Amino acid sequence: MSVEFDRKIHDTLADANLQLAVYTATGRLKDKRIQVTAAGVLPDYQELRTQANAIKKHVIDNLDHYLEEFERNVESHGGKVVYCKDATDVSDFVLDLAKRRGSRLIVKSKSMTTEEVDLNERLAHHGLESVETDLGEYILQLAHERPYHIVAPALHKTRYDVADLFTKELGVARETVPEKLTLIARGVLREKFLKADIGISGANFLIADSGAVAIIENEGNVRLTTSAPKIHIAVAGIEKVIPRAQDLAVFLKLLARSATGQLVSVYTSFLAGPRRAGEVDGPEEFYVVLLDNGRTKLLPDRSKRESLYCIRCGACLNACPVYRKIGGHSFPWVYSGPIGAIITPQFMGVSHEPGLPFASSLCGACGEVCPVKIDIPKILLELRGDVRKSEAREGLNRIEKLAFRIFAWVMTHPRIYEMAGRMAASIAPTGDGKWIRSVPAPMSVGPLKAWLSERDMPPLPPKSFREMWRNR
Amino acid sequence: MGKRVSLFVTCMVDQLFPKVGMAMADVLERLGYRVDFPEEQTCCGQPAYNSGYHAEARIVARHFLKTFEASEAIVVPSGSCTAMVTHHFKDLFTKEPETLALVHAMEKKVHEFATFLTDVAGVEDVGARMDDVVTFHDGCHALRELGIQSAPRRLLARVKGLELREMVPSEECCGFGGTFAVKFAELSGAMARTKIDAIVGTGANTVVSLDPSCLMQIQGALSRAGLHVRTMHLAEVLASR
Amino acid sequence: MSRDNILHKVRTALGRSAGQAVADPPPVRLRVPEIAMEDRIALMRSRVEALAGKTARVPTMEAAREFVAGAIAGKTAVASNAPYLVECGISSLPGVRTGIREVGELTAVCAQVDIGITSADYALCDTGTLVMIASPAEGRLVSLLPPAHIAVVPRERILTGLDELFTILPDPAAQTSSMVLITGPSQTADIEQILIRGVHGPGQVTVVIVG
Repeated sequence: MSVEFDRKIHDTLADANLQLAVYTATGRLKDKRIQVTAAGVLPDYQELRTQANAIKKHVIDNLDHYLEEFERNVESHGGKVVYCKDATDVSDFVLDLAKRRGSRLIVKSKSMTTEEVDLNERLAHHGLESVETDLGEYILQLAHERPYHIVAPALHKTRYDVADLFTKELGVARETVPEKLTLIARGVLREKFLKADIGISGANFLIADSGAVAIIENEGNVRLTTSAPKIHIAVAGIEKVIPRAQDLAVFLKLLARSATGQLVSVYTSFLAGPRRAGEVDGPEEFYVVLLDNGRTKLLPDRSKRESLYCIRCGACLNACPVYRKIGGHSFPWVYSGPIGAIITPQFMGVSHEPGLPFASSLCGACGEVCPVKIDIPKILLELRGDVRKSEAREGLNRIEKLAFRIFAWVMTHPRIYEMAGRMAASIAPTGDGKWIRSVPAPMSVGPLKAWLSERDMPPLPPKSFREMWRNR
Repeated sequence: MGKRVSLFVTCMVDQLFPKVGMAMADVLERLGYRVDFPEEQTCCGQPAYNSGYHAEARIVARHFLKTFEASEAIVVPSGSCTAMVTHHFKDLFTKEPETLALVHAMEKKVHEFATFLTDVAGVEDVGARMDDVVTFHDGCHALRELGIQSAPRRLLARVKGLELREMVPSEECCGFGGTFAVKFAELSGAMARTKIDAIVGTGANTVVSLDPSCLMQIQGALSRAGLHVRTMHLAEVLASR
Repeated sequence: MSRDNILHKVRTALGRSAGQAVADPPPVRLRVPEIAMEDRIALMRSRVEALAGKTARVPTMEAAREFVAGAIAGKTAVASNAPYLVECGISSLPGVRTGIREVGELTAVCAQVDIGITSADYALCDTGTLVMIASPAEGRLVSLLPPAHIAVVPRERILTGLDELFTILPDPAAQTSSMVLITGPSQTADIEQILIRGVHGPGQVTVVIVG
């Protein structure tokens, strides 16, 4: 585990206000999800999960086919598909287009994929203003922070944080009432919408048979981003494709329920190409950026490939007792929580943060709530194995490796195992049968020290089970 | 003569909580089972597997398979160790078809204690009595990998004098997680404290679980916080009279 | 070129060759329940109202016009070019701008007025959703820019839900560049999870069911 990861976890745990904010917010989202997926409300919830999983599996197993079908159909509606291998590809494309069209101002709706490639920073570096329009994302853009949570990006900010930020960055009179803060943002952003030449959105689904993108949201900023400016660019990972528009009936029922506990989101936009002849409004140009950025690295392994089924609902974050303690910013990349713990090592390499797959009690709550049934705990276990293989190649962590070799040897030699146990019992403090708070300094090392840093330990019994069994 | 069962008490019960194993044997014998204890047994290998040392886990798993090959039914006082055998052994031997066949045969024979009583022995009332207010902690692997939720509650409902009060939430992890508890000690400790808040909220005197490891984590945190709530394995409750 | 490079990587990783056929995807799963019209109307209204939207049920097109006239009294409004609004006489109500076919003008008007009036191609009763298909008759901005949105929907357009919608419209892209599903007023909960309506889209949505 890196020092930085350890420090961030420690700092978050030590911040009592943040602990309460994150635990309460995730708890509310978690409870709402449970209510709207209950058997009485959605009797076929499990069937829908099974269907969603089967569709995702089919698509990912035949990804090239569906990408090409999607591309053909987008182009048949007069749109254009742009494949990008990495961050530079994406920003080069946007910069070039902006230059050719003489655009200076871009409005953006929420997209984890653009967070991945630091699009705003790259555009700003070249003198383009790219404004986030989702309220939470706008707050974070002003604060120069990355999203704390996949669906509730500013979950860690209080109204007072937002008030300070708006006063400082927008020069407005200080307001602390959330309604008024929202109105301030609406006013500033409405002007941007009407002035911008380019709108950049994400996409929740790329629909192969329609050549369309589907985007869900609650605020209306996606609709504005994709309707008001002359140019719409949707940026999505290549894994977002689904075969048919009709499959939306399955995914839309699962996504909003899992994400925010709504039956459906306020707005679902299904967009297929630029404005057509006769249509009153809508963009004149329509582009879909299909991003790899490491996704193809996940395809060779049949079981880890499942990680690409994710529809970014964030349910696993809310269910995760670890996320609820360490929050989003402890994670080493833009994706946090259980899904972040399985995709970050695969996108960035396991040595990016070798501690990440181990930061889990393997409780399984993530897999239980995943609407597309990704077996997250199993993938974590596989990634733990990958970390060890990588360490072995690099000659790292040799002491622990040795310890587990000894463990395996002891556990296959019952006599040695029994002797080792009794030796430990003979030197351990007895605690007079009570639980033990501390051990003498020479013993207070390694795992024992770590255990006692937080909890008492049981006194070792005078006889092991096998001795009691023999003597009974 | 009753049917035979073998105990796999787990290394944790063997070394730290032997009374849990004795209680389990006691309950099974009272129900008429002939109980044996294959002495070669040690561990299921889960600590190595969960730490990413798959080769070492495989060595220990093979030892388990050999030790219990002749047993007809194996009862385990832990959901987590049961799940290691029934749900994870197969992932260790995907490239060894012969061992995989042994694993699949073993999966059918290994039973977590509570569900062995309700589903195999077909009993809910074991004739126990314990005058106490208790709350039940769902171990994560028992709950989510083995799907065990009602069995222990049905068994507790039949214990005379016992009142069960559910925690809110009961299904949240205690923060043990094997080596996680020491690799991420501070985080694990924070999770344990959230758990004990839920426990204390019930007003129960005793926390009952199927898993000795969860109970060690919970009791360790209760004791550190100076709280006088005790922990008991379900087997100990069912052996009370 | 990134396109060929990415597709090549995908195929290599999956062990597939260019143009290789694929097995059929899992069969489409659409289940359309039987719900009587009166029950659809009741459900539609209760879903919209649960989201703090307003609903009205009027017996005739004339009554729809009366209702809208009352709702826009003293306010400015824009109506989409939907024939149904013309038939109801809503488009010709005093103070209603309509018949706009130029995007610049439409944007300017929608950004100024208090209320946008549209019809809807369909409504989905199990979620309280309006289905808006962009066309010469329905622009996107009328239901988006003004702070209030009134949708006038004849009852026979109320479907049971998403499954029925996608049964009727297997591929919406065949007829439009934009289909938007609207379920209640615009909302956000990005500050302390406090629900606030009307952040970017209309904060008030009124569904008028005719018949």
